[in-house]
Amino acid sequence: MKKQWLSVPYGIWALVFSIAPILIIAVYSFCSRSAYGNIIYEFTAENYGKFLEPIYINVLWRSVLLATQSTLACFILGYPMAMIIAKSTIKKRNIMVMLFVLPLWTNFLLRTYAWMVLLRDQGVINQFLIYIGIIDEPLKLLYSHNAVLLGMVYNFLPFMVLPIYSVLSKLDNSLVEAAEDLGAPPWQVFLKVIFPLSLPGVISGAIMVFMPAVSTFVISDLLGGGQTVLLGNLIQNQFLVARNWQFGSAISMIMIIMILITMGITSKYQGEGGGRQLW
Amino acid sequence: MEEYIIELSRLTKKFMEKEALCGIDLKIKPKEFVTLLGPSGCGKTTTLRIIGGFEEPTAGDVIFEGKQINEVPPYQRQINTVFQKYALFPHLNVFDNIAFGLRLKKLDQGAIEEKVAYMLKLVNLEGFGKRKVQSLSGGQQQRVAIARALVNEPKVLLLDEPLGALDLKLRKEMQLELKNMQQRVGITFIYVTHDQEEALTMSDRVVVMSEGEIQQIGTPEDIYNEPVNRFVADFIGEGNILDGIMEEDFKVKIEGRSFTCIDKGFGSNEVVEVLVRPEDIQIVEANKGMLKGVVESVVFKGVHYEILVRDESEMTWMIHDIHMVKVGQAIGMEIGPDAIHIMKKVG
Amino acid sequence: MVKKLCKAAYAGIIYVFLYLPILVLIVYSFNDSKYRGNWSGFTLRWYQELMRDRTIISALYNTFTIAILASLLATVIGTAAAIGIHHMKPRAKAVFMNITYLPVMNPDIVIGISLLALFVWLKFKLGYITLLLAHVTFNIPYVILAVLPKIYQLNPHLEEAALDLGATPLQAFFKVILPEIMAGVVTGFLLAFTLSLDDFMVSFFTTGSGVNTLSIKIYSMTKLGVSPKINALSTILFIGVLSLLIILQQRASNIKE
Repeated sequence: MKKQWLSVPYGIWALVFSIAPILIIAVYSFCSRSAYGNIIYEFTAENYGKFLEPIYINVLWRSVLLATQSTLACFILGYPMAMIIAKSTIKKRNIMVMLFVLPLWTNFLLRTYAWMVLLRDQGVINQFLIYIGIIDEPLKLLYSHNAVLLGMVYNFLPFMVLPIYSVLSKLDNSLVEAAEDLGAPPWQVFLKVIFPLSLPGVISGAIMVFMPAVSTFVISDLLGGGQTVLLGNLIQNQFLVARNWQFGSAISMIMIIMILITMGITSKYQGEGGGRQLW
Repeated sequence: MEEYIIELSRLTKKFMEKEALCGIDLKIKPKEFVTLLGPSGCGKTTTLRIIGGFEEPTAGDVIFEGKQINEVPPYQRQINTVFQKYALFPHLNVFDNIAFGLRLKKLDQGAIEEKVAYMLKLVNLEGFGKRKVQSLSGGQQQRVAIARALVNEPKVLLLDEPLGALDLKLRKEMQLELKNMQQRVGITFIYVTHDQEEALTMSDRVVVMSEGEIQQIGTPEDIYNEPVNRFVADFIGEGNILDGIMEEDFKVKIEGRSFTCIDKGFGSNEVVEVLVRPEDIQIVEANKGMLKGVVESVVFKGVHYEILVRDESEMTWMIHDIHMVKVGQAIGMEIGPDAIHIMKKVG
Repeated sequence: MVKKLCKAAYAGIIYVFLYLPILVLIVYSFNDSKYRGNWSGFTLRWYQELMRDRTIISALYNTFTIAILASLLATVIGTAAAIGIHHMKPRAKAVFMNITYLPVMNPDIVIGISLLALFVWLKFKLGYITLLLAHVTFNIPYVILAVLPKIYQLNPHLEEAALDLGATPLQAFFKVILPEIMAGVVTGFLLAFTLSLDDFMVSFFTTGSGVNTLSIKIYSMTKLGVSPKINALSTILFIGVLSLLIILQQRASNIKE
């Protein structure tokens, strides 16, 4: 029985639509640019060189900073939440998890747009603050670094909570009891037993928040209002506006390499913690 | 009609360079109950899977009613299998499991219902048709698996350790029931097990296997009473196996003492192995036996006591006796000529 | 007791954070005001305008047909692939799994622009077909990852039992294997379907002029300024998802009983 052959259609599909596109991008990233901006198949490292210019390095720095900030914020907000859910009764637990998944099912753009409505100068938050008399003039909330950060945390928080919850809920309670039995006070139990064991969940959560955060252009576009240029915005701009596909490709390649490195580092931790339970 | 329903000739199977079967020859007659017996990894399941069509032999032939069927896929063989742990389809109820093969043959609904009902009766599961298979006990699942195979009226039924998952009492009941069933439906059963007692209870013939080779083929009595080598003697029943030298026909020297036996045809001074079953040794008064010894331990086994005795040359003998002796007691042992069984020494 | 209260309060704040924006969208979809700041009375006007907006209706149509077609196609290809991968030798399996993880790990924007580059290079006309191809591409891996565990759990003797009882390999697949792995196949399909529905990034780069999905439509609407029509749309979608979920939940608990 040659069942392996059932994978052939997928193999061809992946070759054409997953691997070939990446190869094209890789080739483009080393191509020169004609006077009219067309692609010339002549080797150059210029596109990568260009990325080292201060404005672009700045974009990289800002993207990584924002992604790191949002990952940390999601972790700080999400870990206690995951613990609270994991310690609830089963019936409550299912509802609480459901409530976390539900927003994910509403359109991602709508969720982001909702914050535009909240944060605008005449938005709900400013109106409320003026109404209760804390401020007289509307605060400039929208189109700022913090608005983008908020949008990221809002959109990606469930990605942090759910993996941590899933690890915590499977945690063998007798381990906690054993630690208590051996004389560990609650905070020690947490620090020495619960937290280390939940690390695989934390790592998958961190990846699931960091990856989309570092590559998004929608959140920065809508909530940053063009003020906050991130890697994603840069790629989008190079492909659709500036029409410099070579440079856009180079940035994409850099992003892929960044992600491969992150994956490499984290997969070591995950491998030991048994976090790769996808199949 | 062919004399044999299944013939295996020089059957060899390699899994990645490792030889699982090294040239098996076996002929099975119609309506025979044949058991392949051996420890795990001996090749018995591989043999069965080749007969069923789930593996292709690396070399050699499988012959069914005179025709070579090496490459015939399982669904075209008139052979059905009762799988280890049953492999019942969890998404189908009892009736649909049994009807599975009949539906594939496009029988009409009436015929299917009739045949399934007959089978349910045969395996004592009347009224269970609508039940989910997961809701059945192990023994009941076992019966469904048998019914599912038998309803297709195969010429040969293969059974791969079908009683392995059942508890002891149920297993004993099922052994008799299976044997009964085989006699009633009158088809060839090829049965795989590692349980020697099961093999002896049910089979017309037992095939003892080890490391991909057949050690001995024979009736249960032959296998028990006349094992051909140490492996078979050791695997079937319990026994005292000793080294000996054949002095001449009917005379063997064990531990420097000559014993009379009933075996002949060995070379003179040939090194042999000697089997003495524990129930064949008689305990007599200390100075009356052929051997003298001191009782080392006594364990009550229900029907008999299992007694370990150390003789004067520091050999330990196992004896089964219904009479109690005391630890430390000096006794004599009597071994009659027909209690001594001579085997060729291998290796 | 205090601890318990703190926990409840914390969970409450987080849920308010999660749902406040959605709630605000819903409330404002009924607000009869051109200057969206303050409440000036209840209206269904935005819903009427939404229904009259042909571009939104066509975007809705595109979104759903693409999601259904792409997830169906991905389910068929992905399920076959998963069975194939399961039967592969370790090295081939590792290669295929890495290929499978590629679109899962790759940022959406890179998938989007690289597919755009491919389609342009192949001189495909950007539009409905390229959108469909792109969606199938990012859907297949999720189907594979959903189906594989079910295949691993499968009792290998079940297929042999079917063959033994006279089923051809094809019959064995449809009568025994498929029913057994159905849960994984359905999960994979639903996952693919929701990913397709929600996708913006990949669609944004692989669509052509005139062919919109809901996400792209919403994106361009936000560019033109905030319109209460979007609020109305969000409300409908949210209520839709919520009722679907409640129905599914109800069904699940019915089956359990």
